[in-house]
Amino acid sequence: MSLKALDYETLNENVKNCQYAVRGELYLRASELQKEGKKIIFTNVGNPHALGQKPLTFPRQVVALCQAPFLLDNPNVGMIFPADAIARAKHYLSLTSGGLGAYSDSRGLPGVRKEVAEFIQRRDGYPSDPELIFLTDGASKGVMQILNCIIRDQKDGILVPVPQYPLYSATISLLGGTLVPYYLEETDNWGLDVNNLRQSVAQARSQGITVRAMVIINPGNPTGQCLSEANLREILKFCCDERLVLLGDEVYQQNIYQDERPFISSKKVLMDMGEPLSKEVQLISFHTVSKGYWGECGQRGGYFEMTNIPPRTVEEIYKVASIALSPNVSAQIFMGLMVSPPKPGDISYDQFVRERIKISQKRYFNSKGILESLRRRARIMTDGFNSCKNLVCNFTEGAMYSFPQIKLPPKAIQAAKQAGKVPDVFYCLKLLEATGISTVPGSGFGQKEGVFHLRTTILPAEEEMPEIMESFKKFNDEFMFQYGDNFGYSRM
Amino acid sequence: MRRFVIGQAKNLIDQTRRRPRPHHNNIRLLSLLASDPTPVSSSRFFSDMTGSDSPSSLPVTLDSINPNVLKCEYAVRGEIVNIAQKLQDDLKINKDAYPFDEIIYCNIGNPQSLSQQPITFFREVLALCSHTALLDRDETHALFSADSIARAWKILDQIPGKATGAYSHSQGIKGLRDAIAAGIEARDGFPADPNDIFMTDGASPGVHMMMQLLISSEKDGILCPIPQYPLYSASIALHGGSLVPYYLDEASGWVLEISELKKQLEDAKSKGITVRALAVINPGNPTGQVLSEENQRDIVDFCKKEGLVLLADEVYQENVYVPDKKFHSFKKVARSMGYGEKDISLVSFQSISKGYYGECGKRGGYMEVTGFTSDVREQIYKVASVNLCSNISGQILASLVMSPPKPGDESYESYIAEKEGILSSMARRAKTLEEALNKLEGITCNRAEGAMYLFPCINLPKKAIAAAEAAKTAPDTFYCKRLLNATGIVVVPGSGFRQVPGTWHFRCTILPQEDKIPAIVNRLTEFHKSFMDEFRD
Repeated sequence: MSLKALDYETLNENVKNCQYAVRGELYLRASELQKEGKKIIFTNVGNPHALGQKPLTFPRQVVALCQAPFLLDNPNVGMIFPADAIARAKHYLSLTSGGLGAYSDSRGLPGVRKEVAEFIQRRDGYPSDPELIFLTDGASKGVMQILNCIIRDQKDGILVPVPQYPLYSATISLLGGTLVPYYLEETDNWGLDVNNLRQSVAQARSQGITVRAMVIINPGNPTGQCLSEANLREILKFCCDERLVLLGDEVYQQNIYQDERPFISSKKVLMDMGEPLSKEVQLISFHTVSKGYWGECGQRGGYFEMTNIPPRTVEEIYKVASIALSPNVSAQIFMGLMVSPPKPGDISYDQFVRERIKISQKRYFNSKGILESLRRRARIMTDGFNSCKNLVCNFTEGAMYSFPQIKLPPKAIQAAKQAGKVPDVFYCLKLLEATGISTVPGSGFGQKEGVFHLRTTILPAEEEMPEIMESFKKFNDEFMFQYGDNFGYSRM
Repeated sequence: MRRFVIGQAKNLIDQTRRRPRPHHNNIRLLSLLASDPTPVSSSRFFSDMTGSDSPSSLPVTLDSINPNVLKCEYAVRGEIVNIAQKLQDDLKINKDAYPFDEIIYCNIGNPQSLSQQPITFFREVLALCSHTALLDRDETHALFSADSIARAWKILDQIPGKATGAYSHSQGIKGLRDAIAAGIEARDGFPADPNDIFMTDGASPGVHMMMQLLISSEKDGILCPIPQYPLYSASIALHGGSLVPYYLDEASGWVLEISELKKQLEDAKSKGITVRALAVINPGNPTGQVLSEENQRDIVDFCKKEGLVLLADEVYQENVYVPDKKFHSFKKVARSMGYGEKDISLVSFQSISKGYYGECGKRGGYMEVTGFTSDVREQIYKVASVNLCSNISGQILASLVMSPPKPGDESYESYIAEKEGILSSMARRAKTLEEALNKLEGITCNRAEGAMYLFPCINLPKKAIAAAEAAKTAPDTFYCKRLLNATGIVVVPGSGFRQVPGTWHFRCTILPQEDKIPAIVNRLTEFHKSFMDEFRD
């Protein structure tokens, strides 16, 4: 009998340790049920087009023309494409060397990086250098590249919020580093308390961990909070004092559902703070075409911008990017279009705005760019969860998720143990089987010991929302009837 | 302390402004290139050579980044290409300063950057899937072929909600994997399971994923051909493993000798390295050889016997130019030997960047993973899922190249004409360049049986080697730089792929358009003559 080349025992331990719940057990079970013909409401991934959001027309026209550039030579092309889409397609093709089919510069097309830099400059009011912007196949690839450069071994720690988007925990385990958690305060609307940061760093250091970087997700995933400017200042000051690179996950910057705390980028706050901080704090900011009202997840487009990273380190990051040759070119063009959408006076402008408003009203934004419908849906969900006496839920200020805490009775926890499941996994599986609602258990994001949550997106269509919440409540009542008792609920 | 920090930061800013040439980097690269007697551990000593002038007060500097990142090298886009890009920029301003009027990139297999046209049918389908509203318009029929419209509908029907803007299943859209599995089956005559297919952004992420699973420490070794495509050395270095080299025999046309595999395996074992996998590139990159079926059977048996995962890089499967050779997938060879799932662990990589399609910018590809237990498969899926999914247009294109138009389809004839046009032209270009190279003094070049490259051996005169040493550069890099400066032709020095110590090569793609080949041959010939006149012993 020959040796088995690669069996479970001989796998890289870092791989085995890595967890990625968003596509884990719940998702797989939901896919199975769907195959069996059950109607599944996928609220596990922030994937708007999968839930019926229509893509914006203009960028799709431009990219279709770039896909089939021979159309540009066809005299009839004007019959089905507007002139500005044709012009824009020619513009982007002129930025490539060989169209969509050729590898680009490993950092992305220089012309698109310039457009991204101009966007950042307009947004923040500070200059941005295209040489320090790398385009990536989605924001996740960028996060992986950067963490790969930072993490040397398990003695290197990365401060990550808990609850967190599991990309961070998964990547840190894959790379063999150490996740240093800092807890967000659920009772304070998932606020970030710098004292918690200090404690986390001190504790990690006492265990011999070199804390290298801090991750913030703003707006928060799965927690939905928006960081205030004052809070961002404290964080930047803290990173400066503790010599941490700040990794700013800002992929939800367009998804804001309240007026008190508009999105403000870490880069802007850092620049506002002036020298010496603005020259000292190392910052890497991430963005994507997958979120906002674009929601173009399937394109895998993103970028990161580096601030105060020494040139030779940038070269090393460039080298690692070059091994992957280049990010996919059509997503680079989507990124270019996202940061420079049609302007007033362009033929497609009115339609573009109309569609955006339609998505807004149906899905996200009003004409002021505030997400009216999602705000309403966030409200329906939060209220729905809060009307169950064993659930508490903060309002979703931004991003795409609701993250209620579920107080599970001891009998349920016992039953979960018997089934060999984490209690919130047990609850979410039961929810899935009973209602077809596919969520992600809080344990996938990290949570305080003995406290349980679930994450749902707030993406299902507004008209379906009451029914979804109705069926959720019905399930929860039955669950509590089955497992509830008079001994009270587990408390945080 | 504060003052110190500020001072350091100022230094940093000044450095940023000045943008110095990365001397240090070059030296590091060059010492790697200079000679490479022990590739297994060659990279390790660089970590202590990275002392630098980076301000140590910043959290992330060259001193404190992952040493595996510093170790890895990727010459296909390295130093020579950077020089070429600068020359290209300067050419626009100082036209008369150079003895050539354009830079010809022969460094990278990027056909469409050198004016190769995409296959019309594929792009029609992609355009329709990119902007699905076109499918509802009558005018579309005037602009698109009927079968591209039908295919677009078929593909959209396989995508849940027809949503090309949604994340897909982390292995790729199921219906597209069905098409790929059917394509593999048609190619091999053996069944393929769509659940074995993992779609990736190009072939490279698949290779990285497998390295990630296989490598836990430097004690884990991967057998790699030398010369090799540097993705392998770079990925092994990034994951902190050991590259165990096996040398292809240049004299017999880059043949892979089983005895060499055995020898290197034993040698690695004696150094305490557990060899986990064997990487084979077929057709070869940069070496262009196509393995014989008999040789492949021996390789399969070797992996089976030694318990190695066979990592089969088969991205050039459509690129075979000689009538006496044919591409056989390792899966087909293994199955035809009667070996099934339980007998051999095999991963086959395919890409949409190569072949006649050459769609590099799309970043599409897949790996077919067979012979692993279900718990290992779950781990592969998990790693894939962290990145959510590969890009959808790349996925669509991967399904198209594995299920192109069939006889009777409206586009079939134009598709075949485009495909044959590209492949036969590549074959002619390979032949012309090979013959031209073999005419040059001191150069011997094996024929390119497949893939997209020629990898000639240059017998450099001692004087040239001495001049290279004086210039602190590897002799083949020295030659390639001189070539670039004299002709504008960009090739990659053999040291970037590794080679038998003391031999020198360069890799040149066969991708410049055919009408440019005579001029390339002339320039190359002229340059080589004057180079030899200057340095002949």
